[in-house]
Amino acid sequence: MSVRDENIIEVEGLTKAFGDFKAVNEISFVVKRGEIFGFLGANGAGKTTAMKMLIGISTPTSGKAKVAGFDVFTSAEDIKKNIGYMSQKFALYDDLTVRENITFFGGIYGLKRQQIKQKSTQLIKELGLDGVENQLVGSLPLGWKQKISFSVAMLHEPKIVFLDEPTGGVDPITRRQFWEMIYKAADEGTTIFVTTHYMDEAEYCNRVSIMVNGKIEALDTPQKLKEQFKADNMNDVFLKLARG
Amino acid sequence: MPIAQIMLFGFAITNEINNVNVAVLDLSKDVSTNSIVNKISASSYFTVTQLLESQNEVESIFKKGKVKAVIVFEKDFDQQMRNTGIAKIQLLTDATDPNTANTINNYITSITQNYAKEINQDIQLPFQIVPESRMVFNPEIKSVFMFVPGVMTIILMLVSAMMTSISITKEKEMGTMEILLVSPLKPYQVIIGKVIPYVFLSIINALVIILLSIFIFKMPVQGSFFLLGLESVLFIITSLSLGILISTISETQQTAMMISLMGLMLPVILLSGFIFPINSMPLPLQVISNIIPAKWFIIIIKGVMLKGVGLLYLWKETLILLGMTVFFILLSIRKYKIRLE
Repeated sequence: MSVRDENIIEVEGLTKAFGDFKAVNEISFVVKRGEIFGFLGANGAGKTTAMKMLIGISTPTSGKAKVAGFDVFTSAEDIKKNIGYMSQKFALYDDLTVRENITFFGGIYGLKRQQIKQKSTQLIKELGLDGVENQLVGSLPLGWKQKISFSVAMLHEPKIVFLDEPTGGVDPITRRQFWEMIYKAADEGTTIFVTTHYMDEAEYCNRVSIMVNGKIEALDTPQKLKEQFKADNMNDVFLKLARG
Repeated sequence: MPIAQIMLFGFAITNEINNVNVAVLDLSKDVSTNSIVNKISASSYFTVTQLLESQNEVESIFKKGKVKAVIVFEKDFDQQMRNTGIAKIQLLTDATDPNTANTINNYITSITQNYAKEINQDIQLPFQIVPESRMVFNPEIKSVFMFVPGVMTIILMLVSAMMTSISITKEKEMGTMEILLVSPLKPYQVIIGKVIPYVFLSIINALVIILLSIFIFKMPVQGSFFLLGLESVLFIITSLSLGILISTISETQQTAMMISLMGLMLPVILLSGFIFPINSMPLPLQVISNIIPAKWFIIIIKGVMLKGVGLLYLWKETLILLGMTVFFILLSIRKYKIRLE
């Protein structure tokens, strides 16, 4: 692990209100460069809303937040250039081939033709996709799609990658492989910001925050959280918190 | 929905005519012509809106499209009738809408025949009033002249509005829209990218329809080809902006399709004046027809292709389409911003 003492995400009192309802209620935290930061919470706890504010597609109601050194209020466009994002829905174009998808997303992020060519060859090799690179993505198994999706999000070498429940519906072996990819990216200095429902995955994170009803109720390393809540595993920690 | 449908079909979808605007050019102004004009304006079918003074006015009044028919009485109508027993009426009808033109013709003819019968009661020698009809803009009364503008409107609307809205909502449904929004691309770039293929597709469609109608159906393009092209592009953009608007309010492809079909196709077919004359509809429907872009586009194409008029006569319709386009685009931007917040 190569966590550096440099804040790449700084959030202070960040709030998002829809009318009277505060979906995200004054959350504050920092994420260090190269860290794998787990962002947990039950459905509807406000994880996705919080994440949307950090990736610049939703404007916060109040509070402060800096991502990769840019303010979410004033420099959302700069943030977008420096982050990668993988949504909970698998979101590549099913009716394009693997290679076409890579080319398309490379182009969107302003990569040069030469770079795209080189990257896609490298990526196809790393993922072991030789022979299927010209198949439609729609015909591939979900686990493969997720891996491609992650690689595509990493294509432009972002400083931070936001992963919104990346391993939903994937078998344990593929999940394991997926986490190996995450570790590798983190080793290379990319910050990983990941939401998940799987508590065993929470154990893989450097630090974990748990959101309940719009607030961050706990934030620490998995080890310390377990001690704090006198639980054997993260699952119990989560249940204790979520049930109040 | 069923209430709206039965009302529409009951009131709008009628081939009868009602309150059709006609003009009269009375060159003799005598007792007979006066009573015929009175009879015509007394019927619920016609409203005499203009009394013309000379033959010269006829052409321009048709080009403006203010009246559907002009009734011309020859000089010394009454005298002719009493001396020779035969008087002539000239009936000029705007045949850009052939069905209505035919109906108008029949109605006016029967009104004059009625009048002839009335005066014949007192007189031994029967008088005859002979209507001589001329179909303006479409002398052969080809119904294809009516269908080509209508079909072109429907197809452009279908491709532009429906396809655009479906393809944008597809991105939303698949989740790829989210990815695109997180990328450095600006939202307007994404939308323009989505829309461009349909612009080209629609332009090709319009071109094919126009060429087919010219070469196969022998439909004339009396006016400027260039203007026709420009107006078509304008209508394509109007439809596209409608499509974008639909995509901002619908979450799934199915909703987008339903809205496009119910909200666009039905009114375009029923209320645009394509098949059923707008003048004969009840007032509320006439008012509603004004907010349907297709109505204005059909007026424009008929104007350019059949009447050969230029922007001088069509600036109002063009401005309306332009205004609608701007309105739809502004509304989409607003809706879009609300959704993002």
